[in-house]
Amino acid sequence: MSTPDLLDALRTGGAAGDGELLRDPDLFRPAGPADVIGGVPARAVAAPTSAAQAAAVLRAAAGLGLRVVARGAGTTVDWGNPPAALDLIVETRRLTGVVEHAAGDLIVVVRAGTRLAELRAALAPAGQQLALDDPVGGATVGGAVAVNISGPRRMGYGTLRDLLIGITLVRVDGVVARAGGRVVKNVAGYDLGKLMIGAYGTLGLVTECVFRLHPVPAAEAYVRCRVPVADGFTRFGRLASAVRGAQFAPVALEVDAPAGGPAELVVLLEGTAAGVAARAEATRRLLGAGAAVDSRPPPWWSRYPWTAGETGLKLTGVLTGVPDLLAATRAVADRHHVPIRVRGSAGTGVLYAGLPASADPEEVARVLDELRGATGEVGGHAVVLTAPDRVRDRVDLWGPVDGLELMRRVKARFDPEARLAPGRFVGGL
Amino acid sequence: MTATRIGRLAAELRDRLGPDQVIDDRPRLRTYECDGLAAYRVVPALVVLPHTAAECALVVRACVAAGVPFVARGSGTGLSGGALPHPDGVLIVTSRLREIRLVSAADERAVVEPGVVNLAVSRAAAPYGYYYAPDPSSQQICSIGGNVAENSGGAHCLKYGFTSNHVLGLQVVTPEGELVRLGGMAPDSPGYDLVGAFVGSEGTLGITTEVTLRLLRVPESVRTLLAAFTGTDAAGAATSAIIAAGVVPAAVEMMDALAIEAAEAAVRCGYPDGAGAVLIVELDGPAAEVDAQFAEVVALCRANGATELRIAADERERALIWRGRKSAFAAVGRISPDYIVQDGVIPRTALPEVLRRIAELAAERGIRVANVFHAGDGNLHPLVLFDEAVEGQTARAEELSGAILDLCVAYGGSITGEHGVGVDKATYLPRMFTDDDLDTMQLLRCAFDPRGLANPGKIFPTPRLCGEVPGRRKGPHPLQAAGLAEVF
Repeated sequence: MSTPDLLDALRTGGAAGDGELLRDPDLFRPAGPADVIGGVPARAVAAPTSAAQAAAVLRAAAGLGLRVVARGAGTTVDWGNPPAALDLIVETRRLTGVVEHAAGDLIVVVRAGTRLAELRAALAPAGQQLALDDPVGGATVGGAVAVNISGPRRMGYGTLRDLLIGITLVRVDGVVARAGGRVVKNVAGYDLGKLMIGAYGTLGLVTECVFRLHPVPAAEAYVRCRVPVADGFTRFGRLASAVRGAQFAPVALEVDAPAGGPAELVVLLEGTAAGVAARAEATRRLLGAGAAVDSRPPPWWSRYPWTAGETGLKLTGVLTGVPDLLAATRAVADRHHVPIRVRGSAGTGVLYAGLPASADPEEVARVLDELRGATGEVGGHAVVLTAPDRVRDRVDLWGPVDGLELMRRVKARFDPEARLAPGRFVGGL
Repeated sequence: MTATRIGRLAAELRDRLGPDQVIDDRPRLRTYECDGLAAYRVVPALVVLPHTAAECALVVRACVAAGVPFVARGSGTGLSGGALPHPDGVLIVTSRLREIRLVSAADERAVVEPGVVNLAVSRAAAPYGYYYAPDPSSQQICSIGGNVAENSGGAHCLKYGFTSNHVLGLQVVTPEGELVRLGGMAPDSPGYDLVGAFVGSEGTLGITTEVTLRLLRVPESVRTLLAAFTGTDAAGAATSAIIAAGVVPAAVEMMDALAIEAAEAAVRCGYPDGAGAVLIVELDGPAAEVDAQFAEVVALCRANGATELRIAADERERALIWRGRKSAFAAVGRISPDYIVQDGVIPRTALPEVLRRIAELAAERGIRVANVFHAGDGNLHPLVLFDEAVEGQTARAEELSGAILDLCVAYGGSITGEHGVGVDKATYLPRMFTDDDLDTMQLLRCAFDPRGLANPGKIFPTPRLCGEVPGRRKGPHPLQAAGLAEVF
């Protein structure tokens, strides 16, 4: 079918009563050269302005059996596997804005296409924030939920699973469903929001989220310390453990380990001006010679250690395994002559590693194998978030996944024809 | 038919597990007829007490083979009838799985079996200076497995969150009888967050057999105050002022005059005479922060009309302040022969309005309501007082209790903040969610439990069959069939 025919079929499709929603002249357009996901070109693009319109789009797409991928700002659209097939991109660029900010109740209702930065600006006048870092830069709420992004402050505030309290989604059959609510404390019904977080858009299209908010702290301080690592990150491990064992309640405990040389350990403290000053000074003393208190974050703060076109890994493990993981990464890098930059939350056991685009895919595959071994030994996983095509062709991005069979059953219920982001996720889901 | 099926199942399980692990005599079965919500009573057909995860799986597989429903039960302290037995089903009691497998302060993790009591986790972690944060009022007896099923909260979840925020990994027996590991010791396991979906699913997605928990460092400083006010409006205003100032207390609890009277009668907690409401505010964290914020809280309480302020000087005084609050539910037994413990949530800012409406509704029906609640997060626990012996009072009390839930929904809140839906509120769930919402939740249910054998009749008002999958089609791709496409 030609693209004009497909667009016509979409505009006249859907269920009874969808006509008006689908006739919006700005809703559908033919796919352009930029409408490619993981190397797979789409045929058409839809940009709904509401959950109701998105539902009509998905009903029309269902009638035509189209394979659909959602797209926000596109900042992490290169994450995950390429879709097995793609007809329609549903983009959220017209599904934006804060629906309600109930400052007194510390919650916000926001549409999925809203960028985290816009949300931050909207909440700031009330002295409040969604306590979620944006390490990719420019991510939308929906995109952040889809790939479950997090940054340094996850140590203090948790991740999206701790912040998302309500969700509106459109199922692949065009049914709008809500779960959770607008109050933080709520155990009524299944928590479908948790299921949507990090699902890479394979279970439904998220149109609206409700988040709990936190006050913006009055003061913050970064305590920075360079740590030589020739001892296999032993000293680093001791310092990190001392910081966690102290009762300073840091919001972040980050490590930045470039491909060679010493690592940097940075502790973020937040609170009242007097309290932060006292705790920062105590932390500085704890870290010993060479530690310093800074009012500003280091330049690498809340940035993944890779750039576009490079390979980016997520490495997890138990807290006591973090030094082992850092040491293993250096050893693997040396062995395979691939420089690896590591950065991340030493306070929660979530690290990121960047490998240069020029690295030989065979070497990257061997590096990944060995890092999967290293993370496995410390109870974690090594996942490839993004990689050049020639690396993707060579490796399994996800690695072993516990409970995969149950996940298949969940996917089969939510998307029985596998039309939503098909093949993007673990196990080819 | 059912009787012989259960008889065969009992014989099989007795044979495979041992005779002392299977109960089928009526008098002993009756001791399991209810959980913490004694208004509902059902004698189970069979009770089984497995000792291991493998035995749990074996029991579930036997139930599946026999087509018999099963219900999991921990300590049986739940307040929504989530562990209410099925009359033709098996009650699987997990209280014998009570090993603490691992406490690793350095990893901030504990791995425990589901029958381990909530407080035992904190006790095991205490020597290392760590604790397990969720603290439901029943923490001395409630089990971690039950906490997982109900996503239990507690007074301190305002700052620290609920069970779901503290569970990283699970081993579960699925309703198909498979033993599966979900999540793990490290955060962010790849794949769907089935741990997140499972916690709070009230036993409808399977049975927990092992739980990996997050432990927190004990805070350097804890400071607690009790503030008396002339009424709940002033106490509510003080709460709002504290939150608006950017303070995140560990807990903010409120009791109204009637609740205070009950607590006083029960435990002589010595709350200020004649107070229309009391507020308990607790701050914890680094001493430098707590001291600064505590001074602010004190000032805000005064500014909002606190008539008396008591600051706990030590752990003994802190325990005294909490004693009245923690005894509140049981204490109303002193001032009323019967009572209903309600659990609803409203946006905190609606507190004064909703409390006024509750008072009006109560007055219209000639029923008294004592209010005890987690004021910080708007989680109300109205205690509806009545006397069963008085003709018509029970019905009026139940009707009022339901009207309070309607009020919560009308103000954008929830029908349950921490006690769960269970059997008690299944018919209320449609007041919060549409059929489409509930059908979508059912997709998850059917993925785990296609036969509908795991705790049937709980949470969802009308059981839906799992056979029909929306949108499933047979035959050629619709685009091909329509002649619009070849192969694409």
